[in-house]
Amino acid sequence: MDRTTTEWNISLNMRATVLAVLILAIGLGLWEGFNQVPAMAGGGGELSEYQKLMAGADETAKVPPPSEILTRAWEELSNPFYDAGPNDKGIGIQLGYSLYRVLSGYLLAALIAIPAGFLIGMSPLMYKALNPYIQVLRPISPLAWMPLALFIIQDSEASAIFVIFICSIWPMLLNTAFGVAGVRQDWVNVARTHELSSLKTAFKVILPAAAPTILTGMRISIGIAWLVIVAAEMLVGGTGIGYYVWNEWNNLDLTSVIFSILMIGVVGMLLDLALSSIARLVTYQE
Amino acid sequence: MSHAFVEVQQAAKRFPGAKGEDALTVFENVSFQLHKGEFVCIIGHSGCGKSTIMNALGGLDSLSQGAMIMDGREINAPSLERGVVFQNYSLLPWLTSLENVRFGVRARWPEWNDSQVTQHSLAYLKLVGLAEVVDRKPAQLSGGMRQRVSIARAFATKPQLLLLDEPFGALDALTRGVIQDELIKIWSQDRQTVFMITHDVDEAILLADRILLMTNGPQARIAEAVEIDLPRPRSRAEIVKHPNYYTIRNYLVDFLVKRSSELHTADLDRRNLQYPRSVDPVALAVDAPVDAQETDSPSTAASNLATFKRKETHHG
Repeated sequence: MDRTTTEWNISLNMRATVLAVLILAIGLGLWEGFNQVPAMAGGGGELSEYQKLMAGADETAKVPPPSEILTRAWEELSNPFYDAGPNDKGIGIQLGYSLYRVLSGYLLAALIAIPAGFLIGMSPLMYKALNPYIQVLRPISPLAWMPLALFIIQDSEASAIFVIFICSIWPMLLNTAFGVAGVRQDWVNVARTHELSSLKTAFKVILPAAAPTILTGMRISIGIAWLVIVAAEMLVGGTGIGYYVWNEWNNLDLTSVIFSILMIGVVGMLLDLALSSIARLVTYQE
Repeated sequence: MSHAFVEVQQAAKRFPGAKGEDALTVFENVSFQLHKGEFVCIIGHSGCGKSTIMNALGGLDSLSQGAMIMDGREINAPSLERGVVFQNYSLLPWLTSLENVRFGVRARWPEWNDSQVTQHSLAYLKLVGLAEVVDRKPAQLSGGMRQRVSIARAFATKPQLLLLDEPFGALDALTRGVIQDELIKIWSQDRQTVFMITHDVDEAILLADRILLMTNGPQARIAEAVEIDLPRPRSRAEIVKHPNYYTIRNYLVDFLVKRSSELHTADLDRRNLQYPRSVDPVALAVDAPVDAQETDSPSTAASNLATFKRKETHHG
């Protein structure tokens, strides 16, 4: 007898949801309670001369409470695509710029990493020859490339894309090589006994066999690319969600900063969900 | 020299030994012929190199020495003319049963259109009794069903030579029996030449025209070729009632248990091309009746079977 379902008569999912909502409520409640923005009129009574002079600024600045962030989120999300000059664009436009950079750098990386990974995975010679370069280049922080990219490319937009490219190429490359090298010999033998050409073997046997591993690499890459774009845009400036965060910090608008942090999280999650649903399509059971 | 359909001459496989040691010879001086339309089984203990011989015939492995010729051409690469059924099925897990068979048929006849390929594949899946599960993936099939898909894939491409590497080794006895019957059915339709590895003596007698017996490795070789002269079509239920069945069976078991280890290289010629001695256990048993009596004479076997048969009719 399964105690958990029969005695409680509530499914695990249901209980998890209840618990998650509870944690959210408590967390937000505490945050709301402890972080009320200092009232201008300290203590409600008469202000001293000094207080009047400082207009309440001597009070310790507090993190804005959730209620304010929700209000801001509502304002921003109800009109996400407005454009009122270089320093005042809707959150949708900023996220759009970031997504555009991430996806172009990422797709460019996939275009190179997957064929190169195939080559490395299929040929032990190429693996041995290229492995030292990969091992040296892989640990370099993508932002370390930024000055060099700016100097060579001379375009901040393209440099940001390059930084995304260079950071998302490694997981895809290594996973593709690993997946291709690990295809079961039996399946390769099936291709051989059916006289499949190398190209057909690659597409009909090795690619589907290695696809789940390749997709894992692509999923890791998109995650890294989304992490890096924020930092890259803080550096290059102009547009994008990273720039937006930094700009709002300079404006001392912490409510917007927190709101955009949340948006970065939500978009990152959606990107990961997209990749994992593609991965589900190519997964197979042995 | 006669030109058999498949000709294997003085094949040997050696692995280089560790430093200072001699190379390990798995088998050597293995020569045999397969005739067109013949069903040949090869029996021997593990490690005598049966699978290596089979993989070399398939073009998947290479010999250290010797030559293999099929239809006048040397075997040096895999070919669609030689279909292989592996022990572990080797189905592509991301394809359904039908797609797995289509994979083979498509490779064989690239000029066919899609519906032709599907019709042909379905016909062979039906032949092995899988018409109901053509849309399932291998993971959703039992071991027996998977092996049937694999057999359908191999037979559907109509290769001139079929290589079966212990195809029923991983199956339980009941499933094995059912698939053996299906194998006979599908084989009698096209009468392809089949070369099959097995560990099961009864299976070999049921299926084969000739059984090659290998001595134990290292330095294994094919000692004898036993002709199975039982009438076809054969079925599992009827074949055991044949008066010669147990004579053959005892001969084979005796070889595997005793003679395969005793018959070591010394008895067999090393240098000259020599095909395995052809043996008819039934004739041997008649020549040496005393010996046959000790094990299980044909007459005893027959009388046992007669009673067995009566019981069966009684129940049935």
